[in-house]
Amino acid sequence: MSTHVMEYQLNGSALNPGDLQLEVENVVLRFGGVTALAGVSCQTRQGEIMAIIGPNGAGKTSLLNCISGLYRPQRGSIRFYNDGQSYDLTRLAPYKIAAIGVARSFQNIELFKHMTVLDNIMSGFHVHMKTGVLSGALYWGKAQQEEIKYRAYAEEIIDLLEIESIRKQMVGSLSYGLQKRVELARALAMRPALLLLDEPMAGMNAEEKEDMARFILDVNEEHGVTILLIEHDMGVVMDISDRVVVLNFGEVIGDGRPDEVRENPEVIEAYLGEELALSKG
Amino acid sequence: MQSGIFHSSYQKDMALRHTPAQKVRLLLIIVFLLIFPFLADNYYLTLANQIGIAVIGAVGLNILTGFTGQISLGTGAFLAVGAYTAALLAIRFNMPMWITIPAGALMTALVGGLFGIPSLRLKGLYLAIATLAAQVIIIWVVTHWDTVTGGVDALFVKNYLWFDGQQVRFNEFKFYWIIMAVAVLVVMAAVNLFRTRPGRAFIAIRDQDIAAEVMGVNVFRYKVAAFATSSFMIGLAGALIAHWRQIVTWERFTIEVSILYLAMIIIGGLGSISGSIYGAIFMTLLPAFLLNVGQSLGSAIPFMDRIIPFIQQAVFGIVIIVFLIFEPEGIAKMWRNIKDYFRLWPFSY
Repeated sequence: MSTHVMEYQLNGSALNPGDLQLEVENVVLRFGGVTALAGVSCQTRQGEIMAIIGPNGAGKTSLLNCISGLYRPQRGSIRFYNDGQSYDLTRLAPYKIAAIGVARSFQNIELFKHMTVLDNIMSGFHVHMKTGVLSGALYWGKAQQEEIKYRAYAEEIIDLLEIESIRKQMVGSLSYGLQKRVELARALAMRPALLLLDEPMAGMNAEEKEDMARFILDVNEEHGVTILLIEHDMGVVMDISDRVVVLNFGEVIGDGRPDEVRENPEVIEAYLGEELALSKG
Repeated sequence: MQSGIFHSSYQKDMALRHTPAQKVRLLLIIVFLLIFPFLADNYYLTLANQIGIAVIGAVGLNILTGFTGQISLGTGAFLAVGAYTAALLAIRFNMPMWITIPAGALMTALVGGLFGIPSLRLKGLYLAIATLAAQVIIIWVVTHWDTVTGGVDALFVKNYLWFDGQQVRFNEFKFYWIIMAVAVLVVMAAVNLFRTRPGRAFIAIRDQDIAAEVMGVNVFRYKVAAFATSSFMIGLAGALIAHWRQIVTWERFTIEVSILYLAMIIIGGLGSISGSIYGAIFMTLLPAFLLNVGQSLGSAIPFMDRIIPFIQQAVFGIVIIVFLIFEPEGIAKMWRNIKDYFRLWPFSY
């Protein structure tokens, strides 16, 4: 738990906890003859951690890609609420979706490899900073002040995620677990109202997973950031999420509190299997 | 041996030079640039001016290709846009150099930005072909739009300092100061650019364009901005060539020039400002060096005369290949390696 009060506001949501933040309605996404999402509906409320689970190919990442604007669904709407406005994310370009407060990390880490950790985080501030090409080239007055100001903010995020010792290393030279952490740092720099995490713990050892779970909880509980995550580790999912949505073949087959989902027979058959359902203790 | 570099403010941490050695080195370079023209003869001044112009163009191309990852084969043509714009403004409207040179650069930025539009959809080799089209189209326009550009005939540029129609003669010595001033400004601008927001956006696009878009970078706008910024600098180089040589012909701006500039930034170091400078120096001095060696050899061994030009070409190619094999990241990386070695010397672990 971090006790330090950050000057940089991490939560970009102007809503009250419990307000509707994201509303996915009947989203259909097809690639040629393949239906990736067959009418998916779900909701996320401000301050929640919502997990999307399901077997491989269920459409989890496709849904995330629709939310961040990388895919255009053929039907349905994705409403995002912030600052008293409602946006349809299916009609906005990805960079505009980023600007209204949707940040994300990727399944196969997509960091800027030839930048330092620090520069990766600084690039997360892109939508909040103002310096253009001309003033950047001059590096005078406002441009310089802005760099220094955001550099201090970057340090706060570095502190929060405990990556002080690697701040000036090239991202490409870091271990997998640390790269995942840097990706979370970069997404946090965007001051998200909604943070999408695509398998934040995949390929990590137990210790790294524990750290990552702690950071996710910190960000959610201390800073109030709404989180939507995809994860295969059921232990983690059941422990940290407030709500779980289960996808199978592009359809929602379960939606509710972790304990409800765990007892849903359809979910057990499609994904969880008997063992986990029995061992719920 | 130093144990570390410690800073007490973010401003100091973000400074470009941290150690006294780095500051002294910069000072030495400045002093050298200031006294060089007083010691050098005309031949070396010409070489220095050539290097200065190459530095401006190479930094420009590196911004686009090395930093933003958009390969361009149109450098020659963009140089032509700058050169012809400056030359025509001087010839037709008697405009002074301090207007024609920026105007040439602005015009090139405009044309470059226009040819950057296909980069939204095209990447890698496909974009290379699109920029090759820019090269071909621009040179075709230059050679066929007789009424404006004079077609295939050379333009004779006049240098003015003011609107009074009073021509001035600038020798190599005087041009040295103009070219070096522009080169220093361009290098400073580029270095600053890549420590701020837009520079990071450029690199982000090169490293991972989808992630850049999701981080809020308007990728299309920034790609066009990279084309325009890069072309602005290349246009500056072109305009300087026009006034310095005082003769503008399309033959100076062929595809070979585009490839020469690409070779400069690859040998110097892609995505490195200092690499652009090293590359520009190397690629300008190497042919001159080979020419000198060839001439002295030619006078020593009579029948060598005829084959020496071919040997020069071959050596030129071989040197480039050897460079790429032994240090693909260019001269900038070699220089870093040397520095790292001596920083830890004699404990090289």
